[in-house]
Amino acid sequence: MSETPAAQLPPGLAAVAADFADTPREMRLELLLEYADRLQPLPEKYVAQIDLMERVQECQSPLYAIAELNNDAVQIHATAPPESPTTRAFASIMQLGLNGLTAEEVLAVPASAPLQLGITDLVSPLRMRGATGLLARIQRQVRAAVSP
Amino acid sequence: MSKVPFDPTAKFQEYATPGALVSTEWLAANLNTPGIVVVESDEDTLLYETGHIPGSVKVDWHTDLNDPVSRDYVGPEGFAALMARKGISRDTTVVFYGDKSNWWAAYALWVFRLFGHEDVRLLDGGRQKWEAEGREMTKEVPVRAASSYPLSPRNDTELRAYREQVLEHVSAKGCMVDVRSPQEFSGELTHMPDYPQEGTLRGGHIPGAKSVPWKRAANDDGTFKGLADLRAIYEGEKGLAAGDDVIAYCRIGERSSHTWFVLTYLLGFKNVRNYDGSWSEWGNAVRLPIAVGAE
Repeated sequence: MSETPAAQLPPGLAAVAADFADTPREMRLELLLEYADRLQPLPEKYVAQIDLMERVQECQSPLYAIAELNNDAVQIHATAPPESPTTRAFASIMQLGLNGLTAEEVLAVPASAPLQLGITDLVSPLRMRGATGLLARIQRQVRAAVSP
Repeated sequence: MSKVPFDPTAKFQEYATPGALVSTEWLAANLNTPGIVVVESDEDTLLYETGHIPGSVKVDWHTDLNDPVSRDYVGPEGFAALMARKGISRDTTVVFYGDKSNWWAAYALWVFRLFGHEDVRLLDGGRQKWEAEGREMTKEVPVRAASSYPLSPRNDTELRAYREQVLEHVSAKGCMVDVRSPQEFSGELTHMPDYPQEGTLRGGHIPGAKSVPWKRAANDDGTFKGLADLRAIYEGEKGLAAGDDVIAYCRIGERSSHTWFVLTYLLGFKNVRNYDGSWSEWGNAVRLPIAVGAE
């Protein structure tokens, strides 16, 4: 197993990558599920009006996400159904990795960041499209928020 | 013949192969019956880890059944090793179930059949029905003794179609069933509605194919429709007959596995092949014939 260097990742995502690298291979799906379970509950305003969020079309399951910018700190809200735990894990990892960063820091995250987490072999490259699509949409939303 | 008795549920007795399906009631009563291994196969690879039918093992279509490099299935060595790891022997009764109305369960079942595994059965209604009925689920992964599974050749000739064979089939005006959504069939969309864009360069369908979205064979609870309803669709409306040489396809071969199962086991068609290359191959290949529109 070669581990991809995570040097360009922000600290939160680098920590996720390190977490997977430090976990025996046979335990990594369990770890991914733990991340899925850490997805933050959706604020009421989005529960009431899901259309305020953006549908991540790259995901096989319905994933909605929105990146808010509060005092130049990015806050990601996302929701996906319980029967889509992999998708929930992707969303949760983005929250852990990106929340609290500045817009500039989020925009500096490499597009390939999800592929550097050490989970591609675990879930298959095709399934990783949902994660890269999610990051791309978050970055687009942040870009729109800082340069309206 | 299998040593494990078939499910006597009345609905199944009308199908061509009554023993190909088991009900949730039957499975719940047979979880500890020797000779049975329950296999979960899902679209979402983490679903098994969130909880599964007690004693069931997981087989993932990406990471277990597909060759890691070329677009193909594992070979005899890979399959035998997988079976040994899962504690499945050549004479084991394998009961498949999964998410998405059993797409991936049917797909896994089809791959098992490529290797000639004899006793394969599908849980009618799949994971959805089991959960809806509030039946027991567990996160405990069973520790099964490794089995010895013989090296079994993969027979791609009877149940699987390659691109070249589909092209010959087009020329011969053979029967084909396109099980994708109407929008994918017409060429309006190159991916399933609400699904990722799979990067197909052309939209449409294989000339001569009939559109029968897979979903028409299923009830809302994920179970299969009864024999009369299935006959009305495939035989009455589409004019297929049990003796026809039929090729089914979709986008990557999973939804068409569901229809392959219906035609083969429920309606008793003798010559049904699944074209697993499906639209993701056909719609990208250079100079293959394509038809667009609803017909």
